[in-house]
Amino acid sequence: MLDLPILSIILFIPILGILLLTFIKSENEGSQINLKQTTLWISFLNFIVSLVLLFNFDQSDPNFQFEEEYFWLNENISYHLGVDGISVLFVVLTTFLVPVCILASYESIKFSIKEYLIAFLALEVFMVGVFVSMDLILFYLFFEGGLIPMFLIIGIWGGERRVYSTFKFFLYTLTGSVFMLLAIIYMYWEVGTSSIPILMNYNFSYESQIILWLAFFASFAVKIPMWPFHTWLPDAHVEAPTAGSVILAGILLKMAGYGFIRFSITMFPDASLYFAPMVFTLSIVAIIFTSLIALVQQDMKKLIAYSSVAHMGFVTLGIFTFTLQGIEGAIIQMISHGIVSAALFLCVGVIYDRIHTREIDRYGGLVNRMPMYSFSFMIFILASLGLPGTSGFVGEFLILLSIFSVNTYFAFFATTGVVLAATYSLWLYRKIIFGELIKDDLKDIIDLTKREIIIFFPLVFLTLFIGVYPKPLIEILEPSTQLTVDLVNGKLD
Amino acid sequence: MNIFSLVIPEIALFISTTILLMAGLFVKKTNSINLFSILILFLTGLLVVSQSASSGFSNSFVNDEFSKVFKIIIIVGSITSLLMFPSSKKNLNIDIYEYPILICFATIGMMVMVSANDLLAMFIGLELQSLCLYVLASFNRNSLQSSESGIKYFILGALSSGLLLFGISYIYGFTGNTNFNLISATYNKDSLGLLIGIVFVCSGLAFKISAVPFHMWTPDVYQGAPTPVTGFFALAPKIAAIALLCRFLFVSFGESASDWQQIIVFLSIASMIFASFAAIAQTNIKRLMAYSSIGHIGYALIGVACFSHEGTKSLIIYLIIYVIMNISVFSFILFMKKKNEYYENISDLSGLYKNNPLYAALISLTMFSLAGIPPLAGFFGKFYIFMAAIKSDMFLLAIVGIIASIISAFYYLRIVKVIYFDEPADKFDGYNSKSLNILFIPSTAIMILFFIYPAPIISVASFASKTFF
Repeated sequence: MLDLPILSIILFIPILGILLLTFIKSENEGSQINLKQTTLWISFLNFIVSLVLLFNFDQSDPNFQFEEEYFWLNENISYHLGVDGISVLFVVLTTFLVPVCILASYESIKFSIKEYLIAFLALEVFMVGVFVSMDLILFYLFFEGGLIPMFLIIGIWGGERRVYSTFKFFLYTLTGSVFMLLAIIYMYWEVGTSSIPILMNYNFSYESQIILWLAFFASFAVKIPMWPFHTWLPDAHVEAPTAGSVILAGILLKMAGYGFIRFSITMFPDASLYFAPMVFTLSIVAIIFTSLIALVQQDMKKLIAYSSVAHMGFVTLGIFTFTLQGIEGAIIQMISHGIVSAALFLCVGVIYDRIHTREIDRYGGLVNRMPMYSFSFMIFILASLGLPGTSGFVGEFLILLSIFSVNTYFAFFATTGVVLAATYSLWLYRKIIFGELIKDDLKDIIDLTKREIIIFFPLVFLTLFIGVYPKPLIEILEPSTQLTVDLVNGKLD
Repeated sequence: MNIFSLVIPEIALFISTTILLMAGLFVKKTNSINLFSILILFLTGLLVVSQSASSGFSNSFVNDEFSKVFKIIIIVGSITSLLMFPSSKKNLNIDIYEYPILICFATIGMMVMVSANDLLAMFIGLELQSLCLYVLASFNRNSLQSSESGIKYFILGALSSGLLLFGISYIYGFTGNTNFNLISATYNKDSLGLLIGIVFVCSGLAFKISAVPFHMWTPDVYQGAPTPVTGFFALAPKIAAIALLCRFLFVSFGESASDWQQIIVFLSIASMIFASFAAIAQTNIKRLMAYSSIGHIGYALIGVACFSHEGTKSLIIYLIIYVIMNISVFSFILFMKKKNEYYENISDLSGLYKNNPLYAALISLTMFSLAGIPPLAGFFGKFYIFMAAIKSDMFLLAIVGIIASIISAFYYLRIVKVIYFDEPADKFDGYNSKSLNILFIPSTAIMILFFIYPAPIISVASFASKTFF
């Protein structure tokens, strides 16, 4: 089993799916169901393959595994894939969320379903590619390439202001990323290769670290997004179709967090240390500021989008503590947020499909008619505010522990963010779910359908499972994280 | 006899084109003349490939890897234009058999330009192609716009030829030579007159490649000329002129690169910045492509300015990819036809993806590629250019290039927006032309799939670039 090029297989299954889809006609309703079923099974197959990857993954080995290397642009820029304990989790998260998204789009996408599904499979290739690339230029290719399908997904199937939002999304992220490209090229000429493992062990001079760090920061700070570069995110989230928001919050933001861990702190540790106070400050501002903004939102998706910015603030806090706990916490927080925020957007999608509005005031008292929905929504809201026993708690707790060991003031402010998160989350939940069901258009709203139960069940399960028993997760990521921390500390000494 | 083996492709092309010209008088079938011209060009291409590297005619004509690669690119561009011709000749009112003949003569001129190693050979080649191009630009003689573009092109082209000759006379006057190698040998670093000569020759050639600030003719000529001719302008003459610029600067003035590098750097920065802003407001797609080509020339000039192996290699990769993308765009513009009438406004594309999802997807990907978004071919063109720039420590050029590419992404995306996000307009009915599909589908496919196996083009470029470094 291990001899197979399993990472390439995960990359190529969606491509084969795209080819298959182009041959299926999409005229009538029957063939459209065919299209959806085919895509669902292809993406599910990819999830199964990635589970095979996870079970064959050697947890005791902190180095890259399942490596594949072929000639690409020249001897030193190769098609080089591999995963370690950090990236393997993101690969599985990606392949897990894609079938969920496809299933969630069954009813909500009304036209051009074929193009939609093709765009989604293409997006999956790029997202998986980001996490398995072991070559910086290959990484950039995947990192940027994802913009094309996402641009179309928001722009074609989005809401009213979709054109504005998708242009903003595209140009913002492009602007951030191109500077990273120049930095990558500079590193290539400096070291003579773009292989990530070699670059991780290379010592750049202090001056060049500063410049390179800033170039990478420009890209990742926009993508993750950090305050004040976050303004594209609420727009993109609000206008994107439900599945687009899920992928955006679930995976695209994590690419930047992964980039911070893999590149910024590992390759430029001195610069990271130098800029850490700035990152802390921006993160704290993000946590408090965006939480306060979230409090006054009228649009559910916008509220969750701002909460995403706040949660990503915790992630950057954790990463730049350079401690094992902090980075582990950041990774778990990202995995957890990938599940929880995706689920929250799906929850919004469920009622949006029924009532066609995202305004919080238009809802109220849903618990009377939608008990199952209210239950799963509650789990995700509680996970979002970091209640012990849910996945949100584990990551946040580890991050707060580590930040306490670094700086008490930052820890103090970060903790207030947790309180604010509870405030807006519970406020949202109360407004929508509790109270009397008085509004007329809500009187005959139906509870979760079978399809939606299938979507929510694994999400609820994972949220609680990681919250109660995070050990398997930590076992996978600990050796590689330890190696990263050792590498950073070794370079700093 | 031996010496003539050097120019066999040119002579063969010249003789067969002349025969075709005379045959055309009696045959009067444009299509068969066109077909024969394609065949002749194809065979010329094979002759070029089979030639070995050598030089002759007092070293004024050189065949090397560099000229070989450029000649092939030029012949591909000419064949493209001839393939665009049959489907559009009736509607554009250019159904005259001289069209393929003029293209062939222009091709000879460009082949001479690419091989020229002497100021006089260079000027002869340049004038031969320019004279054909002036006629081609005004080929639709019943159209006011086409005549206007021909006259504009002629006047400005004549001016640029004047500048060029003026520069040539200075260089000859201060070195006593016209041969590139001899100029290099007798080069005197402190000679101000020689510098003036370089400036004027560069300006003259900048006209031909339409680099800012010598770009004024481009938008009008692009818009006014019949579309197959515009496609030809975008594909071949600029490529030939940039090859000529390379050889002129690298061979004659390689010793004093810093003198001319600043000229090229300025042209490059001005072109990139100007084109990216000017294109934003365009509504006509041919005019937009004119500005786009100005911008692309700006990027290509980065490769020239580097004056290194990496630079020339990246230049050739960039130009090959540029040609592929332009073939795709211009053959698509010829699809934009409703009831025998051509439409050229960007707004005519609105909602294209509802009418024709496949072509909409392909042309949108071409736009992404022009904007330089990975994993499409356009990204690799820019990538190699920036690689070369950073290796030569030209950080300013790289940063300006990056910023210009972000701005230009906006106007390429605007076309994608019109295609995908706007309400559908009436259908185009030009998709059934076989000769256009031969161009559009393969060029777009190469552009999309380039990233899977880029090695051949990169090794060809590397091979050609070894001529100078």
